[in-house]
Amino acid sequence: MNEKRMLGEDHYEQVIAEESICTNENLVYEKPETLTDTPMHYCPGCGHGVAHRLIAEAIAELDIQDKTVGVAPVGCSVFMYNYMNIDMTEAAHGRASAVATGIKRVLPDKYVFSYQGDGDLAAIGTGETIHTCNRGENILIVFINNGIYGMTGGQMAPTTLVGMKSTTTPYGRDVAVMGNPLKITELIAQLPGVYYCTRVAVNTPANVRRAKKAIVNGFKYQELKKGLSFVEVVSNCPSNWKMTPLESNKWMEENMFPFYPLGDLKVPGKEK
Amino acid sequence: MAKVKGDIIIDIEKCKGCELCAASCPQESLELSRKLNSKGYHYIVKIEDNCTGCINCALVCPEGIIKVYRKTEKRMDPVATLTNVTGDLTVTVNS
Repeated sequence: MNEKRMLGEDHYEQVIAEESICTNENLVYEKPETLTDTPMHYCPGCGHGVAHRLIAEAIAELDIQDKTVGVAPVGCSVFMYNYMNIDMTEAAHGRASAVATGIKRVLPDKYVFSYQGDGDLAAIGTGETIHTCNRGENILIVFINNGIYGMTGGQMAPTTLVGMKSTTTPYGRDVAVMGNPLKITELIAQLPGVYYCTRVAVNTPANVRRAKKAIVNGFKYQELKKGLSFVEVVSNCPSNWKMTPLESNKWMEENMFPFYPLGDLKVPGKEK
Repeated sequence: MAKVKGDIIIDIEKCKGCELCAASCPQESLELSRKLNSKGYHYIVKIEDNCTGCINCALVCPEGIIKVYRKTEKRMDPVATLTNVTGDLTVTVNS
């Protein structure tokens, strides 16, 4: 047992005697009110929880809780509407961006976002995604990329890296048989309807701050009505990568980041 | 220099023991408990009293269960010591 916990009675009394600083005036950070108290069903260390919280924080920061409509995908984050204290709906697999388009066209003054995983957005919903981006709908798409089908048990997704093992590629992804991984963010960044396109991660505090800034920007750009905002979040899947959360973050830094480099792909006013 | 003192409150019933907060803590003051919560996870506890309230742990927590408090204590040290003053003297202190 740790020595620091085995100190005598004196230390215990001294700690108790100190005045606690846990009062409301000293509070610097807590979960935003736009996130409900429901315990999340995600595996320990999953990036979905952080991404949910960042969206909730962005909504709370912009004070648009009653003006936001979200679209949940099919995948691990299918129960997202239980965790967000905003209006949300559920779309068929891959069709979240099409549903978001309809909501935005009927209610043009609302802030609409869709939250999709890589199996949802890049495999089943590729057509919907590309056409929504090409039409330049004024919505925000948050794309969680963990390189695998998480909910169904870790099958190969289009974003699975070359050589990466999954339940359907037990010897690693072979380019000759399964083709190359799909960089969907680079693909849609060149479309003229996309106004803002960036790739962030949620593994370290610095990356979490950048990700929050990107999501806040995505909501802000909806007011301008100039096109679609696309935020890719490179995330981990500790359960299906068969790693601990810390190992999976390290693996993600070593393998995912070289292929999916973080940074802005398209920023308004800074076109190449 | 002002002394910064921080503290955190962890909702241990919702903790899943992923240890991401412990890895991101620059003071290394978080550690997994040996006890289990009602869901069967080892939960995170604060073992050191050196928290600075940097909110790193709360930022990376996937469950959003960490509340961070921070208090900056201004040290009231004497700015000058005057001895053997005989004449008129005006002293101003910029706060």
